[in-house]
Amino acid sequence: MAKTLMKGSEAIAEAAIRAGARYFFGYPITPQTEIPEYMSSRMFDPDVNGCFLQAESEVAAINMIYGAAGTGARVITSSSSPGISLKQEGISYCAGARLPAVILNVMRGGPGLGNIQASQGDYFQAVKGGGNGDYHLLTYAPSSVQEAVDIMMFAYDKAEQYRVPVLFIADGIIAQMMEPVEMPDMVDFKIDPEKKPWACTGWKPGDDPALRGVINSIYISTEELSEHNAVLQEDYKKIIANEQMWECYKTEGAEIIITAFGTVARIAKSAIDELEAEGIKVGLVRPITVWPFPYEAMAKAIAADSVKAVLDVELNEGQMLQDVKLAVNGTKPVDFFGHLGSQMPTTDEIVAKIKSMKEAM
Amino acid sequence: MAVVFEKTKLLTDKTFHYCPGCNHGIIHRLVAESIEELINEGVIEEGKVIGVAPVGCSVFAYDYFNCDMYEAAHGRAPACATGAKRVVGKDTLVFTYQGDGDLASIGTAEIVHAAHRGEKIATIFVNNAIYGMTGGQMAPTTLVGQKSTTSPKGRDEAWCGAPIRVAEMLATIPGAYYIERCAVNNTANINKCKKAIKKAFKYQMEGKGFCLIEVLSACPTNWGLSAVESMKWLEENMIPYYPLGVKKDKEAE
Repeated sequence: MAKTLMKGSEAIAEAAIRAGARYFFGYPITPQTEIPEYMSSRMFDPDVNGCFLQAESEVAAINMIYGAAGTGARVITSSSSPGISLKQEGISYCAGARLPAVILNVMRGGPGLGNIQASQGDYFQAVKGGGNGDYHLLTYAPSSVQEAVDIMMFAYDKAEQYRVPVLFIADGIIAQMMEPVEMPDMVDFKIDPEKKPWACTGWKPGDDPALRGVINSIYISTEELSEHNAVLQEDYKKIIANEQMWECYKTEGAEIIITAFGTVARIAKSAIDELEAEGIKVGLVRPITVWPFPYEAMAKAIAADSVKAVLDVELNEGQMLQDVKLAVNGTKPVDFFGHLGSQMPTTDEIVAKIKSMKEAM
Repeated sequence: MAVVFEKTKLLTDKTFHYCPGCNHGIIHRLVAESIEELINEGVIEEGKVIGVAPVGCSVFAYDYFNCDMYEAAHGRAPACATGAKRVVGKDTLVFTYQGDGDLASIGTAEIVHAAHRGEKIATIFVNNAIYGMTGGQMAPTTLVGQKSTTSPKGRDEAWCGAPIRVAEMLATIPGAYYIERCAVNNTANINKCKKAIKKAFKYQMEGKGFCLIEVLSACPTNWGLSAVESMKWLEENMIPYYPLGVKKDKEAE
C-alpha cells in the first residue's frame, strides 16, 4: 500500500475514523487543535457521516463521550495535558461505568499551563490514576505516527472487549511532525445491541429488565460496590495478562539497557546506533503499553548477564523511572537522564551520559 | 372488571427512597405519565426514550424511570444527554432530570451551553432552594434570609448574592425554545406542570430545540417543616420570588 506524508494529528484522527469512530467531542487546546479541526470537516464527509461537536469545555466534552459511548457508538475525544486534567472526572466515570472510548492526550509541558511544547509529564496521571477510584485505562504510548495509526486500528476492539476507556499518550512531537504513513482501510462498524447488551439501544417496558440500559457508576451499598470493583479488577487482570506491548532494540549482548517511551525512545535508538559504531553495546526496552506496564519483559531483558546497568531517559523528571525500578527490582543499578521544560534530550547528550556510566563501571 | 386506574408503565416497581412530603415522587409521575401518553398518542415510539439522572436526591432516578437511563456526574447531565442525543437522533426522546444544586451551581456551564446549542433535549429542573442529599446546604437558589446548614443565620445577600432565577436566565438564550416555571403545590398547578412537561417532550420530538421546565418543589426534611407547612412556605416565599408561568415559547411567539 502507498505511503502518504501526513501530519501526526491528522493521521491519528483519520485512523480513528477508519477504526469506526463517528462521534468526536472536544475543545481546542495547543498542541492538538489540528485533531478537532480535522474532525470538524472529515466527520461530515459522505463516507463518514458522523458527528463533530465543539464542547463548551473539556469537562463537557468527556461527559458527551460518556453519553455517546453509552449508546454503543465508537466515540473519541482529544486534548492536551491541562485539558486532560479537566477530563479526569469524566474519565473516572467512564471507567466506573465500563464504557469503551478512545481518549487522546497530546502531552505538553506542565504543571499548570506549563508550555505548549512536547512533554512526557503526564505519565503518572495516565498510569497511576488521574481520576478518583481504583481504575486503569489501557494506555498506549506510540513512538511514531505509523505506530499510533496501527494501534488506533485495534484500540476500539480492545476497548469494547474489556469495556475500558483506551488512552493514548503521545508527546507533542508525534502530533506535530509529518511522517510517511500507510493508512489502513475503513472498518465497517455498526452498533450491535447483541454485542453490547449493556448499552442504551432502545429497551422498552416488557423487555427483559436485565437488558435495560443503565449507564452508571454508583453502587451505594458496600457489598455492591465491592462486587462492581471486583468485576473491574478482573478486567484489568485480563488486560495485564493479554495486552502488554513492548519493543526490544539491540538488547542482545547489551552492556547497558536504555528504557524510554514515545519520541524519546527514537532519539535513544539513534544514540544506540552511534555507540554501536564505537563498539559500545547498548540496547533499548520501549514500553508501548505503559498500562499495563511490561514489567516481566523489561526484567527479562535486564536480567541478562551482559547487562551491567540501566539508563531511563524521559522528557520529564523521571516518572516511568518508578516502574523501571519496579521491573529491575534492585538487581542492577538504574540511572536517569531527562529534561524538564520540554527540552528534548539529544542524541549527543544520551551518548555522553552512556559513556560517563561506562567509565564509572 | 374494568381497569379505571393503572400506575404508569414508565416507572419501575422500585420503592422510592424519597422523604415524606418530598415532591420528587409527584414530579417523577408527571414525567413518566407524559412519556406514556405521548407513546400512546404515537408521538414517541415505544423504547425510544433515554433519561439522564443527576447527582442529588434524585441520583437513583435511573432505578425509577422504566427506560434506558444514565446516571451522570454532578451537573453534567446536559452534556451526557447531548452525547446520547447526537447518536440516537431525532426519533428518541432524551431528557435530563436535575436538581438546583446540580443544575444551578456545578452544572451551569453544561445547562447554559445545551440551551445555547439549541440541543434537542428536555430538562426537568427541580428547584427546592436547597441541597437535599448532602443535608440542607445553601444552594444558588436558596432565598435571602433562608437558613441552611451552611447559612445558619440565613442567606446574606451582601455576602452570597441573591438567588439565581434559572428559567428567566435561560430564556434569554437564543437556542432555548421553550422555558416554563411550574409548581406542584396544588392540584391545579400539578396539572399545569404535567401539560408543560408534555409540551416540552412534544417540542423535542418535533425537533424544535432546547426545552426546560423548572418545577418548584418542597423539601420538608431540610426546610425543617412539616409537609403541610412546606407547601405553605413554598407558596408564600418561593412563588413570589420565582414567578410561575411561561418564560419563553418560540412556537407561541
